[in-house]
Amino acid sequence: MTTAIRAPAVSVVPGLGARVKDAALAAFVAFVLLAPILGMETVPGPDGRLTLDFHFDLVAIGALGVFLGRLALSFALRGRPLARAAAGPLSVFVSRYGNWLGVAGLVFALALPLMPFSSRYVIDVATTLVIYVMLGWGLNIVVGLAGLLDLGYVAFYAVGAYSYALFAKWFGLGFWACLPIAGVLAAVAGILLGFPVLRLRGDYLAIVTLGFGEIIRLVLINWHEVTGGPNGIADIPRPSFFGFPFTRNPGEGEIAFHQLFGLEFSTMHRVVFLYYLALALALVTNLFVLRIRKLPIGRAWEALREDEIACKALGINPTNTKLTAFALGAMFGGFAGSFFATRQGFISPESFTFIESAIILAIVVLGGMGSQIGVVLAAAVIVLLPEIARELETYRMLFFGAAMVLIMIWRPRGLLAHREPTLRLHPRPGGGGS
Amino acid sequence: MKTPILEVEHLTMRFGGLVAVDDLSFTAFKEDVTAIIGPNGAGKTTVFNCLTGFYRPTTGQLTFHGHFGPVLLERMDGFRVPRHGLARTFQNIRLFGGMSVLENLIVAQHNELMRASGYTLLGLFGAGVYRRAEAEAVERARFWLERLGLVDRADWPAASLPYGDQRKLEIARALCTGPRLLCLDEPAAGLNPRETAELGELLLELRDRHGIAVLLIEHDMSLVMRIADHIVVLDYGRKIADGPPERIKRDPLVIKAYLGETEEEELPPEVAADLAAAEGGS
Repeated sequence: MTTAIRAPAVSVVPGLGARVKDAALAAFVAFVLLAPILGMETVPGPDGRLTLDFHFDLVAIGALGVFLGRLALSFALRGRPLARAAAGPLSVFVSRYGNWLGVAGLVFALALPLMPFSSRYVIDVATTLVIYVMLGWGLNIVVGLAGLLDLGYVAFYAVGAYSYALFAKWFGLGFWACLPIAGVLAAVAGILLGFPVLRLRGDYLAIVTLGFGEIIRLVLINWHEVTGGPNGIADIPRPSFFGFPFTRNPGEGEIAFHQLFGLEFSTMHRVVFLYYLALALALVTNLFVLRIRKLPIGRAWEALREDEIACKALGINPTNTKLTAFALGAMFGGFAGSFFATRQGFISPESFTFIESAIILAIVVLGGMGSQIGVVLAAAVIVLLPEIARELETYRMLFFGAAMVLIMIWRPRGLLAHREPTLRLHPRPGGGGS
Repeated sequence: MKTPILEVEHLTMRFGGLVAVDDLSFTAFKEDVTAIIGPNGAGKTTVFNCLTGFYRPTTGQLTFHGHFGPVLLERMDGFRVPRHGLARTFQNIRLFGGMSVLENLIVAQHNELMRASGYTLLGLFGAGVYRRAEAEAVERARFWLERLGLVDRADWPAASLPYGDQRKLEIARALCTGPRLLCLDEPAAGLNPRETAELGELLLELRDRHGIAVLLIEHDMSLVMRIADHIVVLDYGRKIADGPPERIKRDPLVIKAYLGETEEEELPPEVAADLAAAEGGS
């Protein structure tokens, strides 16, 4: 199916002069950017003061590389746009074998702690990845399905984290009791945000949600008596295995996890337990979203994304529909926040800055709006790329940024932009696609 | 004796200083295809937007005899109008382009399905009530798809249909809301003659076989004259004629609105004098 929106195709093949000019321009831009980033490095001088080290050779190599690369690219493309049609081979493959991929991914995720290469570091990164996947799935309800651009999603993550921390510290409630409370409070925050912004669309909505995210963070910083201000909240109770704590020496009358199962005490137990906990939460989120997409409310979200006026003409109440999207999206953010608090044991407003919202939104957009497997792929790219790029040290974020730019040029509608109908009249044709 | 389904009384709609609809009154009957015609900018679509709750009329009363008895439309929120049995289509087609044809028709049955899914709660746990309701909704969608010849394309994205089929789909979607009165805003625009003829048949079938009254804005006069039982003519927001097609065709005000004034009346006297002089001189 070729329903893809293509960039206006430039069918005129440019001449050599135009190509050289274009490549020179790209090289110039690269030079301007690289000169401060690559060309100057601050190093401690002999007397302990910072001095600048110049690497203009690197800048020259970089600019030359960009010049040659751009020139080669212009010959390779012959004036065609770089962006591929939305339903590229990857999307078609995933849409055909999506279920199997999902099962394979799940089996791999379940078996990860047993793998020979798994270590504390691997499990920790995997837990972070799973949490971002969960946040991506939650935000996908708001952005991907309902089409409401939300730049303040981290606010709900924060509400969830602080709800858990405060309820656990003040009332001594356990993780499982706090989880629903955190979800409900985050959902309420979602509705509170939803009400004033219902009339707004697109950019205006994005600005207000951005502001909301900042408001929550500023409240957390300034409401000393409750949130501890910038000092945050420390000593948040760690999770226990349904009442059996992960400690070497359990308190009076308590049985620790390793005693319960007759194991040698290991700090890995808690790490692995947290990983499975995150996985379980993420799976619940996924099941919920998969299910609700096929319910009237899910279809109404998508319809609202496509055309709000037509929705009204069909009797759909846009206010309620948007509010449910905000509330449910926020609820999953709240669950994830609770988990974050119990995993870290310490939270402060520093953890809930705009950059977190931006990363979660990037996961949803990069994955292909509305695609569940796309979110997993995108979260893997966004969480794992900086980890892989640790070797590159100083240039890590440069590499990360370049990779993001390349992906968005290559697949402007996200990694997986194919949408499968939520119900069919005819069984799927054997070959898939038409 | 015909039963009224929609009574428009003294409807006026002002946008600032512009009077889009000026003291319009007419009645549409349940057994009729009623057409609203008029030159571009006569205020026809504004009337539709007032009826369907998209605009709040400045003054006037709009009584609709819906599923639950007579209701006043003029102060109703747009999304509440369809549940009383008034459905509409749009001049510029408004489909859910990324969703499949079938999904478009299922979304049209949103309110019923929401109730059946226990406002999502029952549906989440796969309750039988909801699955039956969904199957019924699909059957209703299939019925209209078969009637309109779209059944083979049920799983296509709506935006990938040809233009004529998109028009049909929008009508099917409005029909899936279970209306008593179907309001169509230029349904024949962009259709070829054969498609227009099919549309005419469909509208008559709705009236005769399904008991659905039709209110239609249309510029294609041959279609209007063929199928309308009752025509309301607007010009500059005012009603200039109201009656059966035979009478409208002969109405001097209508002819004037469509064809303009005759030449002598329109030209300023000095220009007419010049013209006469030129003719005399040659």
